[in-house]
Amino acid sequence: MTSVMKSALDTVAAAADSPEVEQPWAELGLKADEYDRIREILGRRPTSAELAMYSVMWSEHCSYKSSKVHLAQFSDNTTEAMREKLLVGIGENAGVVDIGDGWAVTFKIESHNHPSYIEPYQGAATGVGGIVRDIMSMGARPIAVMDPLRFGALDHPDTLRVLPGVVAGIGGYGNSLGLPNIGGEVVFDSCYQGNPLVNALSVGKMRIEDIHLAKASGVGNKVILFGAKTGGDGIGGVSVLASETFDADGSAKRPAVQVGDPFAEKVLIECCLDLYAAHVVDGIQDLGGAGLSCATSELASNGDGGMRVWLDRVPLRDASLRVEEILMSESQERMMAVVEPAKLEEFMAIARRWDVEATVVGEVTDGKSLEVFWQDGQIIDVPPRSVAHDGPIYNRPMQRPAYLDALQGNVPDDLARPVDGEGLKAALLAMMASPNLCDTSWITGQYDRYVMGNTALAMPDDAGVVRVDEETGRGVAISTDCNSRYAKLDPYAGAQLALAEAYRNVATAGAVPLAISDCLNFGSPEDPGVMWQFAEAVRGIAEGCKTLGIPVTGGNVSLYNQTGDVAIHPTPVVAVLGVMDDVARRTPSGWKAPGQVIYLLGTTADEFGGSAWTQIAHDHLGGLPPRVDLDRERRLGEILVDASRDGLVDAAHDLSEGGLAVALAEASLRNGVGARIRLDEVCERDGVDAFTLLFSESAGRAIVAVPGTEEVRFTAMCTARGFAHARIGVVDDEARALDVQGQFTLPLDELRTAHTSTLPAIFASR
Amino acid sequence: MRIGVVTFPGSLDDHDARRAIRVVGGEAVSLWHGDDSLHDVDAVVLPGGFSYGDYLRAGAIARFAPVMSALIPAAQAGLPVLGICNGFQILCESHLLPGAMIQNDHRTFICRDQRLRVENATTAWTSDFEQGDEITIVLKNQEGQYVADERTLEELEGEGRVAFRYVVEEGRRNPNGSYRDIAGITNGRGNVVGLMPHPEHAIEAGYGPSLDGLKFFTSVLKSVVNA
Repeated sequence: MTSVMKSALDTVAAAADSPEVEQPWAELGLKADEYDRIREILGRRPTSAELAMYSVMWSEHCSYKSSKVHLAQFSDNTTEAMREKLLVGIGENAGVVDIGDGWAVTFKIESHNHPSYIEPYQGAATGVGGIVRDIMSMGARPIAVMDPLRFGALDHPDTLRVLPGVVAGIGGYGNSLGLPNIGGEVVFDSCYQGNPLVNALSVGKMRIEDIHLAKASGVGNKVILFGAKTGGDGIGGVSVLASETFDADGSAKRPAVQVGDPFAEKVLIECCLDLYAAHVVDGIQDLGGAGLSCATSELASNGDGGMRVWLDRVPLRDASLRVEEILMSESQERMMAVVEPAKLEEFMAIARRWDVEATVVGEVTDGKSLEVFWQDGQIIDVPPRSVAHDGPIYNRPMQRPAYLDALQGNVPDDLARPVDGEGLKAALLAMMASPNLCDTSWITGQYDRYVMGNTALAMPDDAGVVRVDEETGRGVAISTDCNSRYAKLDPYAGAQLALAEAYRNVATAGAVPLAISDCLNFGSPEDPGVMWQFAEAVRGIAEGCKTLGIPVTGGNVSLYNQTGDVAIHPTPVVAVLGVMDDVARRTPSGWKAPGQVIYLLGTTADEFGGSAWTQIAHDHLGGLPPRVDLDRERRLGEILVDASRDGLVDAAHDLSEGGLAVALAEASLRNGVGARIRLDEVCERDGVDAFTLLFSESAGRAIVAVPGTEEVRFTAMCTARGFAHARIGVVDDEARALDVQGQFTLPLDELRTAHTSTLPAIFASR
Repeated sequence: MRIGVVTFPGSLDDHDARRAIRVVGGEAVSLWHGDDSLHDVDAVVLPGGFSYGDYLRAGAIARFAPVMSALIPAAQAGLPVLGICNGFQILCESHLLPGAMIQNDHRTFICRDQRLRVENATTAWTSDFEQGDEITIVLKNQEGQYVADERTLEELEGEGRVAFRYVVEEGRRNPNGSYRDIAGITNGRGNVVGLMPHPEHAIEAGYGPSLDGLKFFTSVLKSVVNA
């Protein structure tokens, strides 16, 4: 970049006088027509600083230029009734939901995929840092994080490089911030080999009246940059990394990854909360992707006037940075606030108490422009909306991939299935030891799940549950899910199944689902097949949310997750947030009390397309994913929530990957308490054999453990609501085994050894 | 009963420590790292976290905070002080307790429910336990491996100053490589106790592995009354 930047200051006046100057728009990732449009907006060529600003803000990552036309469906499908609990919707740093008693919760999920592949530790660490700042910028105290992770094959050598770094980075940053990590996912699939997915979710709490927004208004108000100094890290990160497909010489892009300092962020969190409490902040924005370019243009664009910024006032870590680099730097742990002059002194005093550097770098004007000066020269004079909100929009070509017919036609019906009890037992053991179903505590044990003292449930339970109000116990449950094998077979159904599973998990924990955030990870939008997958997935989520009556509050799109012309499976990760009046009543996933009765809720059909069994037993992917029935999901959710509230169930576990067999095994291993199971009646009712009942992945199912004293009430509730339920066994610790009568007896010790050995065998020896 | 909890920049479990004090009926008093007064508190908790980022060595900078200039002489004069995790590291850096903590032997952060054996039930912070009690509280740290020279270890053992030991199943190793499975120690007088695991995360049903942490705080309330 340095080779193409001019060394002399390229001012607005100079730009107006030199229309003929050749500019490096292509190197900065802009297309010819985009560059032409910038010249049209400005009525002259952009200065090099303006070009830098437009190039990062019009990148795919910041502008959503390929996805915007589709994302509109989220708002279009949000009815008035769904908006009832929605305090802040799509478009702000994060959505905000009313959870009752005057409390608001904000949550969002975001990707940090590309940086984490280049530099696993710092990429993952700053992914946590970035999402936490989004939450802070809404006025909230962050209260938890979650990390859905996807890697290449477990036995691939590069996974050994990427995974330990990613996990250590998430732990190193999140643990140092004092935020409990309460869940997420770990998935291995060779489709992620060159494109691991590191998504990060954070949730925060505030009183409704404390919601803050990113806007600069009030002429004469001061614009303050506070937190860390600006350095040379992460320059052009969003445009260079997140918006381009990796090629062979990826290593040359190392400096584009940011470097995190969690201590600086922890202090910044506490400082921000003191600032909010003192009511000295009028508008607030975090500095993330596109750094100062983004913060200044978004604040100004959301406000009612203009903004003037003196860039030479920005405290620098490296005095040799050029103006363009200062504008694009993604140095971490920085925030920007808009403050009334009368409150400036109090603001500065609070910042000093936390040893946080704060500098007035600009002010709100009554003009229409974002004006940036470097010493005496004006280097930027742009309409802020043209940078932040009115970027290019592409209606990219879409086409259903030609391979899909063959893929869907390759049904799993003819795959050899276990024929006896021993075969079923071996299949279950193999699945429980497989990379995607094995115990992940080698990973999750590196995250602090207890800090703050409000964690009521965390991994491996179905949802993470944290208390929001220490007086009443009111709190939230969150789950993130996606089975990208389903989405590969049918992106519309796959996205709805991701939504359904996250919804079910939250309800299984006993919480009423309220809202979702999503992280849409896909390949290159320039591939019509990928664009079709994207559009189908968005349609699936939007229509699914409408059926379930919960709004999309925001999220993130990550495109270009592909190496060469091979894209990842479409991976629309859905995070569902639910609320509970008292999280002390949450339902854990493992049973404890011998004698309790185990019920299976929902019916089972022969549905193996995309299932874990076909992957593990036959390395097969084909057919159609399980049928989606969101009405059934909603009714199941109501039963689980009401049963939790009324104390009818002591444990509940959702059925998903691996079906009933895996759910039974997990619920037994959770507390090391076994069970006796009978399948005959359900097999007869549903017209399936034992193998199908155990391993099919039909949606809309869960198992629950019911205390004997509540059995009548529980079954009466299911009957009254017309929901299929069947008694399939009892909790029984005598044999210390999972005993599926007439089929097999699997000692828990044997099961545990199989389940817990996989990851340590690969990683712990390091 | 006023029990102070020091907040250093980077402290994380200060809020939790204050909650634990309130749960047992004490008054939790926030103490600030930059303030060289203890505000007449009856006991002090140094909480977990990463004080000043702990980029140099855990607790190495916190030891020089203004509040420590008041705390160190007070502790030497008998003020009950409990150092949890980072607090334990700070107590070692301050030489109020012997030895040091280094990186876990497996070099990764570890968070898990951990069984401990109470070895000394006579200190200001352990008197509500019985010697030999086994408790389960949360262990979570990156630099939790307790090390000391042989002479110090012998002295600690000889004087009964090992307060807690990790319970290690046969054939397994303790969770971080600590010498002699030591999880926590006390000074000779029994008023200063440091341990790596976190009693403040085991004080409320539903929000931790047990209620075993409560006795740390009930113990100190009694010791202050009896003093």
